[in-house]
Amino acid sequence: MNDKLYRIILFVAALIVPIVCGGVVYALVTDAYDAFEHFGFLNFLTSSQWSYTAGNEQYGALPFITGTLMTALLALVFCIPFSLPVALFVGEYFRGTKVASVLSTVTDLLAGIPSIIYGLWGFFTLRPILMALDISPQGSGVLTASLVLAIMIIPYVASLSAEFIKMVPNDLKEGAYSLGATRAEVIRKIIFPVAGSGIFSSYVLAIGRALGETMTVTMLIGNTNNIPDSIQSTGNSMASIIANQFGEADDLRLSSLIAIGLVLFLITALINMIGKMMIKRARIV
Amino acid sequence: MESVTPILEFKKTCVSYTKQTMAVKYVSAAIERNTITAIMGPSGCGKSTLLRAVNLMHSLYQNIRVDGEILLNGENILSMEPIDVRRRVGMVFQRPAPFPTMSIYDNVLSGFSLNGIKLSKAEKDTTVERCLKSVALWDEVKDVLNKKGTFLSGGQQQRLCIARALAMKPDVLLMDEPTSALDPIATKHIEELLLDLQKEVTILIVTHNMGQAKRISSKSMFMYLGELVEYGDTETMFTNPIDERTKAYLTGKMG
Repeated sequence: MNDKLYRIILFVAALIVPIVCGGVVYALVTDAYDAFEHFGFLNFLTSSQWSYTAGNEQYGALPFITGTLMTALLALVFCIPFSLPVALFVGEYFRGTKVASVLSTVTDLLAGIPSIIYGLWGFFTLRPILMALDISPQGSGVLTASLVLAIMIIPYVASLSAEFIKMVPNDLKEGAYSLGATRAEVIRKIIFPVAGSGIFSSYVLAIGRALGETMTVTMLIGNTNNIPDSIQSTGNSMASIIANQFGEADDLRLSSLIAIGLVLFLITALINMIGKMMIKRARIV
Repeated sequence: MESVTPILEFKKTCVSYTKQTMAVKYVSAAIERNTITAIMGPSGCGKSTLLRAVNLMHSLYQNIRVDGEILLNGENILSMEPIDVRRRVGMVFQRPAPFPTMSIYDNVLSGFSLNGIKLSKAEKDTTVERCLKSVALWDEVKDVLNKKGTFLSGGQQQRLCIARALAMKPDVLLMDEPTSALDPIATKHIEELLLDLQKEVTILIVTHNMGQAKRISSKSMFMYLGELVEYGDTETMFTNPIDERTKAYLTGKMG
């Protein structure tokens, strides 16, 4: 009796999660339907118009898809030279020592900082520096947003990569050392090739995070609705255009924003799935 | 007799993992050239620790101290560069571990590629053939040299690892229970191989298997609690051990 009741409660509770998830997708699709019907699905994705003149409304997602991909990929490039050394430091060089645990704790702390704090720091500290150095004329823009995004994804990449570096069997490392290899050679020729696919998958998962990051990007990307023509120019990502305009939008414009949200959801889900699949494969080896 | 320098000589060699305890205590022994010397003893007696001291594996880990002297051709390796020592002293581990990202061909040559030594195509080919032939693997793999080494059976993988060590033309080959992960047939193959190889290289082998020590080694060491209890001709040790502890171990009363 008791057991039966317990099972029913568990079952209902577990059922709620997929129902909520399905509900979100359903709401996104129905609300986005207007925009797709009006502009056509492919046309919506490839149009770079975003004008809300009454009577001649034109909405297309291309500037924001471009903005999102640019910021996410640039962030990835910027984070590599910092996250890889941290991963090697924690996973190989100082593995198991106090130094390594301090470093990995500090890196993990970065993951706990709310994104609004990163946004504020980017806006009031990094932006003036970039302007003073004449790297970015307006201060805001794709470059600024992706620099801060890079810092935000470092902890994820570093800790996941370190896990894969730690997983390289000691047998292989000692085998290489016994043949007279130096530490640098062991890292370059044994650890990287063996842990490579795992390290790569940690970057894929990091992209998934960077794509959807909203607050920081909204504060730093500059809020313009054109395709960014260089990394210094301003723009909007899919997340930031929604954050910037959802309050004042209605009808077709609202539907278009929701359609962008749906596209973002699909891209992020796809990237996460690919990343998780790669991790599973990397674990088997 | 004493005029010939032994290829390898331990002089009061000590290894300690912590300040309080010594894993290997004042071991002194001279290893003869082109012989197989077996190191036996119960688990935890320090035999692997002693073996790993010879190619300075301990220097990879903090807190491990090696004291005394270990002479390779009369030169103290403890004051040499680990990289130079390891190129002259090869090692084969308990579990066969060919490099999984490399082909069979590249595994044999890994000692060169890891050290950044460039070989011509012809040199590579002859090295691969020579080494695989000397471990009796050539006929089995000569058509699949570009396949990954991890596709081979356990015994084949271990022979590949021996070939990898031989490619560097070491003076001494250290083997840490190289057959404990293998089945009896693969073990037999490796043992026959070692008997053959002692013409080229001096072999120091740690083994749990007394039968194996008896079959292949000409000299044997018996270690107990970090001490070298007895060292001498294998035959004498098995038929007429001097020390009570050796006798107890060999007759199965201890270990």
